[in-house]
Amino acid sequence: MGKIVAVTGNEACAEALKQINPDVCAAYPITPATDLMQRFAGFVSDGKIDTEMVLVESEHSAMSACIGAAAAGGRVATATSSQGLALMWEMLYIAAGTRLPIIMPLVNRALSAPLNIHGDHSDGMGARDTGWIQIYSENAQEAYDNTIQAFRIAEHLDIRLPAMVCLDGFIVSHSIERVEYIDDADVKNFVGKFKAVNPLLDLDNPKSYGPLILTDMYHEYKRAQHEVMTKVPGIALEVAAEFEKMTGRKYGLFETYRLEDAEIAIVVMSSAAGTTKDIIDQYRDKGVKAGLLKPRMFRPFPYVEIADALKHLKAIAVLDRADSFGGYGPLFSEITGSVMSMDTKPPMINKIFGLGGRDYLPNQAEQVLDELVKIAETGKVETIKEYLGVRE
Amino acid sequence: MTTKPLKLRELAKGEDRFAYGHRMCAGCGAPIVVKQVLMATDYPIIASNATGCLEVSSCIQEYTAWKIPWIHSAFENAAATISGVEAMYRSLVKQGKIDDKQVKFIAFGGDGGTYDIGFQSLSGAMERGHDMMYICYDNGAYMNTGIQRSSATPFGANTTTCPAGDVIPGKLQQRKDLTRIMAAHDIPYVAQASPGNWMDLMKKVQKAFEIKGPKFMNIIAPCNRGWRSRTDDAITLAKLAVNTCYWPLYEIENGVTKITVKPKEKKPLTEFLKPQGRFKHMFAPKNKWMLEQAQGYVDAQWERLQKEAAAGEAEKTPEE
Ligand SMILES: Cc1ncc(C[n+]2csc(CCOP(=O)(O)OP(=O)(O)O)c2C)c(N)n1
Ligand code: SF4
Ligand SMILES: [Mg+2]
Repeated sequence: MGKIVAVTGNEACAEALKQINPDVCAAYPITPATDLMQRFAGFVSDGKIDTEMVLVESEHSAMSACIGAAAAGGRVATATSSQGLALMWEMLYIAAGTRLPIIMPLVNRALSAPLNIHGDHSDGMGARDTGWIQIYSENAQEAYDNTIQAFRIAEHLDIRLPAMVCLDGFIVSHSIERVEYIDDADVKNFVGKFKAVNPLLDLDNPKSYGPLILTDMYHEYKRAQHEVMTKVPGIALEVAAEFEKMTGRKYGLFETYRLEDAEIAIVVMSSAAGTTKDIIDQYRDKGVKAGLLKPRMFRPFPYVEIADALKHLKAIAVLDRADSFGGYGPLFSEITGSVMSMDTKPPMINKIFGLGGRDYLPNQAEQVLDELVKIAETGKVETIKEYLGVRE
Repeated sequence: MTTKPLKLRELAKGEDRFAYGHRMCAGCGAPIVVKQVLMATDYPIIASNATGCLEVSSCIQEYTAWKIPWIHSAFENAAATISGVEAMYRSLVKQGKIDDKQVKFIAFGGDGGTYDIGFQSLSGAMERGHDMMYICYDNGAYMNTGIQRSSATPFGANTTTCPAGDVIPGKLQQRKDLTRIMAAHDIPYVAQASPGNWMDLMKKVQKAFEIKGPKFMNIIAPCNRGWRSRTDDAITLAKLAVNTCYWPLYEIENGVTKITVKPKEKKPLTEFLKPQGRFKHMFAPKNKWMLEQAQGYVDAQWERLQKEAAAGEAEKTPEE
């Protein structure tokens, strides 16, 4: 058993990275992820770890240096938020297309304009199609556990893909919570030694990275990339099972809460799931059969498994902490993708909430559940997409 | 490692680390630059490469001209990318995970990928002090995308984004003097070279590899497509660039400037401009002012460089 501490989400992620001791870490500051890297840099300065820090002049260079370092053949990590991730966008595709297992805590934050430093999922959702594995965390414990598991998933010889571990800016990154740390030796043992695949530093077998591939084979490469992604859920579950053995903490591709016998359900990711669970308990006490589904893995998205978990419902509300202007929220779009495979399609609504760090309050969950109760009775949806907690 | 002798007969026997079969245009200056750089040394080399002519033509699915470990990731980040490779090397050596084999790290970028879009990444990597060399092969435009103007494009040149038209006669700005800007980073070694003076170029590469820390070399690389010149003129033009003092050969070592090859007689700039179709309009009588302005700029730059070199000389000679 490791020790129990009171730490912020950023502190917990920094601790996980310290325990893993990556060979290179290239990073650039941005709120709210700055504090994570500062703490990590402190471990390096104090000689607690061997990591070589590359303190670059931009996030574009941070990801570029991570790509160079990972191709060289070693364990690599970075962290960012919001505009930083947006600036990396070009390089995110290149990291994934080059099959480099870089690990990046993404402290979710709103995107400009207007400028806002608080938590929402716009940044992560914008990177949805980059080919990165995306794992979302509800609290500091999950952020810590997911960071450790991410290395195993990403570095698995059948996968070799980059992964971002998402945690809500400020709400999780800067709030102090109870976290159970794993012993250093156990983390080290769990993550294992890094296995280099085709490293640039193998001078005897020179490799060329980053070729030009045109119409003859590009299409096939991209399909191959998708196929690798389809292997991720299986590996993630294997890793989670081993992790449970070590810690007793259980992880799946998503979490369900009082969903098995539910008639209505809210689908929501990250920290908002906690508040929602409380309100579901209250509604259960009142005799309303409400439940929750919290996706953990957003890329690859477990469509079939989620469909199976939702198929018995009479009404579903999907809560998105990001928007697609002129479209539905990104999570809603994925859930409709799941629902498509069901024989009976439950009516669904989409609520956009918490943009730019706007608080997600218990009464918002209540409002959604009340609406779901009505929809379940009548089978009728009035408006599919609406905004929660907007000041009119 | 001892510095290898620069004898043509010996060099010709060495293994090509940049192989033939690449798909750059016939008569292109860039692969000559790469060959000369790699030929100058026996150190193991790992290179990064910015998107551009050299990159797209040297590694096309299944085939690679690079016999050294090589990485291309994007256009504006050859410096950041190689800085990551170098950092990993340092980390693994420090941790005892691999042996120190005195590996040298090079980033190759075109002028667009260096002077313009990659300038921030280059400046950052130099400031961080990585043990690496950045080599810009300067052909004076975005050639790979079809001869668009860059900040390295010389005054007056006709490019596809600053075409010589009825009203605007080509590029109206002088080129950015990147070599000087890199020297202002106070890095240990900065040099300008030309494949027309291969011995000078290779000596500079050899010298740079014996210096720890960030190094920068700017090497002119004639491009017959973009310069509208004959396909067999690359070396002639590379020499004319030097002999007209358009592209002086010099180095700045620890802040001390030295002209490494002084032309026996400084030729008029028109000798460099004339064989190139991109300057053709400048020879029309109404554009005489352009030739004068171009020559004036070269003269002023050459004057300044000579003064700086004289100051460097004075610094080295101790006062009696
Ligand atoms: C971010 C980005 N912008 C634009 C391009 C398109 N592009 C590819 S190569 C190139 C020009 C390269 O010019 P230079 O660096 O001078 O090399 P050259 O082709 O002349 O050898 C451009 C504009 C790109 N690949 N990436
Ligand atoms: S366009 Fe110019 S730089 Fe590009 S390959 Fe051809 S000659 Fe070389
Ligand atoms: Mg160019």
